[in-house]
Amino acid sequence: MTEARYTAAEILTVLAARHLSDGQVVFAGIGIPLLAATLAQRLGASGLTILFEGGVVGAFVEPGKLPPSTNDQRCTKRANMVLGSADVLLLLQRGYVDIGFMGGAQIDQYGNLNSSFIGDPGDPRTRLPGTGGGNDISSLTNMIVAMKHEKRRFVEQVDFITSPGFIRGGRTRAESGLPMGGMFRVVTELAVFGFDEASRRMKVLALNPGVTREQVQDNTGFTLVFDEKTAITKPPTEQELSMLRMLDPERLFIG
Amino acid sequence: MLEGQLEPYGRLRDNLANRDRSLREKVMSLEEAASLVQDGMKVGIGGSTMSRTPMAMIWELIRQRKQRLSCSRCIVSTDGDLLIGSGVSDHIVTSWFAQGILWGLSKVMRHHIEKGGKRYDEWSHMAIGMRFRAGAMGLPFLPIRSMLGSDVLRLRPEAKAIDCPFTGEKLLLVPALNPDVALIHVQRCDAYGNAQIDGLQFMDIDLAMAANSVILTTERIVSNDQIRRAPDQTKIPFFCVDAVVEVPYGSAPHECYGLYEPMMKHMNAYVAQVNGDPVEGMQAYLEKYVYEPKSWNDYLALIGLEEVLEAARSGRSIYND
Repeated sequence: MTEARYTAAEILTVLAARHLSDGQVVFAGIGIPLLAATLAQRLGASGLTILFEGGVVGAFVEPGKLPPSTNDQRCTKRANMVLGSADVLLLLQRGYVDIGFMGGAQIDQYGNLNSSFIGDPGDPRTRLPGTGGGNDISSLTNMIVAMKHEKRRFVEQVDFITSPGFIRGGRTRAESGLPMGGMFRVVTELAVFGFDEASRRMKVLALNPGVTREQVQDNTGFTLVFDEKTAITKPPTEQELSMLRMLDPERLFIG
Repeated sequence: MLEGQLEPYGRLRDNLANRDRSLREKVMSLEEAASLVQDGMKVGIGGSTMSRTPMAMIWELIRQRKQRLSCSRCIVSTDGDLLIGSGVSDHIVTSWFAQGILWGLSKVMRHHIEKGGKRYDEWSHMAIGMRFRAGAMGLPFLPIRSMLGSDVLRLRPEAKAIDCPFTGEKLLLVPALNPDVALIHVQRCDAYGNAQIDGLQFMDIDLAMAANSVILTTERIVSNDQIRRAPDQTKIPFFCVDAVVEVPYGSAPHECYGLYEPMMKHMNAYVAQVNGDPVEGMQAYLEKYVYEPKSWNDYLALIGLEEVLEAARSGRSIYND
C-alpha cells in the first residue's frame, strides 16, 4: 500500500471534502473543517456556501492564507456578506444550513462530542476550551465530524456532552428538545462512520484504503457495528492531495 | 450581583435615565477611562478571539490592578489568560477559552480554573449572543433551541427549559446579560462616540446596547461631519457611549480588521512562555509587557517595529484584489 503518501490529517481532510457538494450551505469550524470545505470548493463545488461563526456568509479562503480562527479577517475575503456572530448562528436555528462540520476531541458511540472536561466536571482532570459554536451547530443541523482516531478519543460514553449527537440513542435526542439534525458522518484516518437509523449507534460505512476491521476496532473504546460487506474508500488522488497542499503550504492544519 | 441574576427592569431604566446621554465630547486618556471600571463589576468585552480585542483597555485595567471583575465575551483568547493570570478577573463567562486552536489548550486557563479557584462559566456561542441581545432589547430572556439535552445546560441552572405556551415544544430561556461596562475597540469614531466598525462586528452592537456604560477605544478619532457622510457605517450610536479613547494599534497583538492582522511572532512567544509556566511565565510577561512600559506606545515598541509593520501590511491587504 501507499500509506506514506499522505498524513493522517491529509486523508481526513480529503475524505471529509468528498462529503460536501455543490449547492450546499455548510457551517464550518476552524482547522480541518475549514480546510476540507475550502478544498471541496476548489475541486469543483464552487457553489458550496461556507459559513463561519465569526459572521461570514459565503467564504472563499485564499491558498496560503488560512485564518488562525473563524473570527479573523482572512475568513471574509471574497465573502458574500458579513453578519453579527449571533445572526450567523441563528441561520442554523432557522434551518438555512445543510451541513455542520466540526472537529472533535472525544466522541462516543451515539456521536456525542466532548470538548469541555476530561474527568468529573466538578473536579476535572483537564478543563478543555469548551463548546464555542459546536453545541449550537450540532443541536440544529446535520453534522459531519472529522477527527483523529484514537482509543481515548472514541469512548463508550463521553465524560461530558458538550455537543449533542444522539444522546443515549433511539429517540432520546428528539425527546431532549432537539427534533432536527443529528450526527450524519464521522470521518477519521481509519474509516468513515454513519449511525444506525433505529439504535443511533455508530457503525462503520467504509474502511480507508489499507485499513482492516481489526485495526478500527482496536482503536475504538466500544464495540463497533460493521455491515457484512464493508466498502473500501478510494484513496486520495494526486489532484486532491496537490490541491490540499497548495491550500496549506505551511502545513498549519495538515500536519 | 451574581452572573445570571437579572437586574430588575426598573433599575436598568434608571441607570440609563441617570446617564448623561447628551451630545458631548467624551475623549479622555486610557488611565481616565479605566478609572470608570470599578472592582467587582461585570465587564463585557467586544470583538472575538484574536479580533478587535480591546487589548489596550485590558492592559490598563491590569496596570491599575482592578479586582474581581466578572468578564463576558463570545470567545476568549489570550485576553482571558491575562485577565485571570493577572488577578484582575476571577470569573469568565464565554463559550470557548484557549489562546487559539493553533496552540492547543491554555495552561493559564487550566491552572486557574482547575486548581486556582477561578470560574469559567460555559455557554454555547449562540446563547452568549442571545443573552447580550436580550439585554439590548430590555427583556429578561430570549428563547433558543440549542444547549438542550447537553451537559453544558446541566451546569447552567441559570437557564430555564420551558414548554412553549404556543406550540408545546421544549425551548430554553437564557437570561439577559447587561454588563456594568462594555469595552469595545473600533476602527474609528467621533468625539461623541458614534462608532464605525469595518468587517466583522461579532456581538458588539448588542453588547453596547445591553451595557450600563460603554468605553470605546478607537484606532482614530474622526470628525462628526465625517461620520455623517457615511451614517450606514455607524454601528454604535453616541448615546450608548461614555468614554472615547484614541489608541492606535489598540488591539495588538490581536488584529483589527483592515488595519493589522495578529502579531504571530509575539503570540507564539507569549504562548510558549505562559504555557511553559502558567504562573512564573505569566508573571514575567506581565512585568515586562504590562507593568513596566511607560505607555501603550512603549508596549508596541517592545513587540517591535518589524512585527507591527508586517501585521499592518497583511492587515491592509484584505482590501487588495
